[in-house]
Amino acid sequence: MTFLTPHQIDHRLNKVLLKVTKPGRYVGGEYNSVVKDWENAQLRTALVFPDIYDIGISNVGLKILYDIVNNREDALAERCYSVWRDMEDQMREHSIPQYSLESHHPAAQFDLIGFSLPYETLYTNAINFLDLAGLPVFSSGRTNEHPIVIVGGHSALNPEPMHAFIDAFVIGEGEEVICDILDVIKKHKNTDGHRDRNAILHDLARVQGVYVPSLFEIEYHSDNTIKSIRATQPGIPETIIKRMVAKLPPPPTKFIVPNIEAVHNRVSIEIMRGCTRGCRFCHAGIINRPVRERSVQEVVNAVSEAIDSTGFEEVALLSLSSSDYSNILELVKAVSEKFGEKHLGISLPSLRIDTVSVDLMDQLRDRRGTGFTLAPEAASERMRKTINKYITDDQLLETVREIYRRGWTTVKLYFMIGHPSETLEDVQAIADLCKRVLTEGRAIMGGRARVNAGVSTFVPKPHTPFQWVSCDSMEQIKEKQDLLKRVLKDRNIKLSWTAPEDTMIEAWLSRGDRNLSKVIYTAWKNGVKFDAWQEERKFSTWVAAFETEGVDPAFYTHRLRPVDEIFPWEHISTAVTKKFLFQDYSMSLKEQIRDDCRNQCYACGILPTFIEERRANPGTYWKCPHVKERSLPVAL
Amino acid sequence: MRVRIQFEKKGALKYIGHLDLHKMWERSARRGNVTLSYSQGFHPQPKIQLASALPLGFSSRAEVVDMWTAMDYETDWIKSALQLALPTGIHVNSVDHIDDALPPLQTEVIAAEFEVDFTEFDFTQLADAGVEERVAKMLSTEEIIRERRGKTYNLRPLIELANYEATTKIMTLRLTAKEGATGRPEEVLAELGIPFEEVLIERSAIFFR
Repeated sequence: MTFLTPHQIDHRLNKVLLKVTKPGRYVGGEYNSVVKDWENAQLRTALVFPDIYDIGISNVGLKILYDIVNNREDALAERCYSVWRDMEDQMREHSIPQYSLESHHPAAQFDLIGFSLPYETLYTNAINFLDLAGLPVFSSGRTNEHPIVIVGGHSALNPEPMHAFIDAFVIGEGEEVICDILDVIKKHKNTDGHRDRNAILHDLARVQGVYVPSLFEIEYHSDNTIKSIRATQPGIPETIIKRMVAKLPPPPTKFIVPNIEAVHNRVSIEIMRGCTRGCRFCHAGIINRPVRERSVQEVVNAVSEAIDSTGFEEVALLSLSSSDYSNILELVKAVSEKFGEKHLGISLPSLRIDTVSVDLMDQLRDRRGTGFTLAPEAASERMRKTINKYITDDQLLETVREIYRRGWTTVKLYFMIGHPSETLEDVQAIADLCKRVLTEGRAIMGGRARVNAGVSTFVPKPHTPFQWVSCDSMEQIKEKQDLLKRVLKDRNIKLSWTAPEDTMIEAWLSRGDRNLSKVIYTAWKNGVKFDAWQEERKFSTWVAAFETEGVDPAFYTHRLRPVDEIFPWEHISTAVTKKFLFQDYSMSLKEQIRDDCRNQCYACGILPTFIEERRANPGTYWKCPHVKERSLPVAL
Repeated sequence: MRVRIQFEKKGALKYIGHLDLHKMWERSARRGNVTLSYSQGFHPQPKIQLASALPLGFSSRAEVVDMWTAMDYETDWIKSALQLALPTGIHVNSVDHIDDALPPLQTEVIAAEFEVDFTEFDFTQLADAGVEERVAKMLSTEEIIRERRGKTYNLRPLIELANYEATTKIMTLRLTAKEGATGRPEEVLAELGIPFEEVLIERSAIFFR
């Protein structure tokens, strides 16, 4: 392949950038971006977040990989994002291929293209990216002169819908496996710059946590359910067990500082990975096990370094459940003392519904927004037992009173409709609860009190206890949403909801199998992209694509799956056993709750899989129980 | 303490707008450990004043910004501290202490000079009349009525100077830049029938009262 040089690309860009909105998205040059010498790098990696720059720039996962790759002497990493429609039109008109922001080299010239796909609505954008890069979108169409295309991120835990387009999927955490992958490519890169694709895929399939779909064969029953999933070469594990980083490395601190306004303009420090709560709807809660914490000192140092190196005015302390961080009081005290007076905003998302959380937020003086967010997820106590996010109404109302008492005027409540076994009474309970919360607010601060209710729709995700259940139909969703719209008419209660069409697209894509690839391809061919953007929704194109390809969408979403059915993601293992998940699902049917697993281990399967890692990392850093030292064989 | 900073804005930073530039100075100051003064009130803002908004896509070698620092610094120290903390494309030419009582920077601007670079321009599209000829014709008129954002105005009095040098392929424009009376280079080019995205425009000077 011949490629345009960065100079040629720049020359063409000069003529188009002033014709598009926010040209700052497409030029790079940000503080802390790393531009390494192209010629001297043996391994060139393009890290892609296939949504627009404004969203992608804040992604922490890619930032972690960016640092790891750029710290290798033999490699470089550069970034790419999806371009907005106006820019795509200009690029196609002026024959400008998708290029990287650091050096403006064509994406097709890299050795490795790594997509981060945290959510399924980026699938069509990933395909569009490959096309705009001038690459064959199907994996089978690419040859030794093309880059290896890999995907990581949460949606990779069900890789099959994208199997036709992607060469390899990373299952689990990327910090270590990215280097294993680069080593494999290095081994098979020839002096002429070409890569021995077959040899690379052969070796990648033998790296723990890497799934190469072309080396697996799926057999189906006549009803389209799966009969078997088999590796086609000896030596490839039949089950791909996720990668898990036993000891979290120091968090990135030299965040790239965008020159234009982004969605999140902030330093993000991950304080803890994983969650012990076991909410049954939660994908992240299962796939990120076990819980590993960073120390208070490590977090405080990282915040300090990151502010010095970025100049950002806001810090977010990230985790799936901030309140569960062991030393949260100490952490908040340390952070607010050290940074409280520096005109910085400090945010602490995902707090538990209790008055301690209100204390924490008060200490952080996080009053930039006037809202305080709580996520009860369900409004009736029965539903909260079903989903295993159990709190009592009294607990919630006490927390709400404390929030209004301390001067927040708006309580934001996040709910989901569509939980398994949910009835219209459970939906009515959402409205009732919102009204009760507002009543509490009025009693404390009068007419200034507000409630924002965000009601999304549940999608049963692979690898969770609810993976067997079916989704609500469009009609059910609409009925439930209509009820809420009808009942919540108070002008001080703001209701927002997810369009049912968006939920359907998400559900198909997250629960699909290999047959979905052709549907995704057809939908993309017919113009679907930016599925995560409501105004860009192309629901009817999706429906038509299913029809064209003769695939029934309801097969994926509106079918209670039998206990013994082989899931499309059966060969992908999060180390949490199917037996445990089913047991938990059975408990939900009986409205039984399971306590925080840091208090008692329920044998989800993490420990036996990662017992060596646990042994190597003793103490409270993991929230799993201790394991005994192995008794050493007596030396002869 | 109030300081006045002269700087250049080039490369990728050409595509960064006025508000984003403001934010960039705030963050650069924080990175450089130059502590800024903040306004009072519920949403304190750092005190930063840019002289004159530069249209997107124009480079500049003559931008000016005033900042108020919370403590006294040596100007040399500020210059090197900021330069290390700025993104590639922003270069600090000078930092000076100035009297805190001076009027706001933007009210002092009276005119700006631009250089339009035709080096990569395809002249065949101007078959009927060359650039010099077009400039001469434009200057000979007394009134150039143009429409911008739904309002008509006379561009001619805002053009203080327009000159094209065929040997260097550089056009120099000096345009009035006062409140309510700002000449824009892309408007002049449009009047000349030259697509502004096909030439390179750089601000070469800002003139103060």
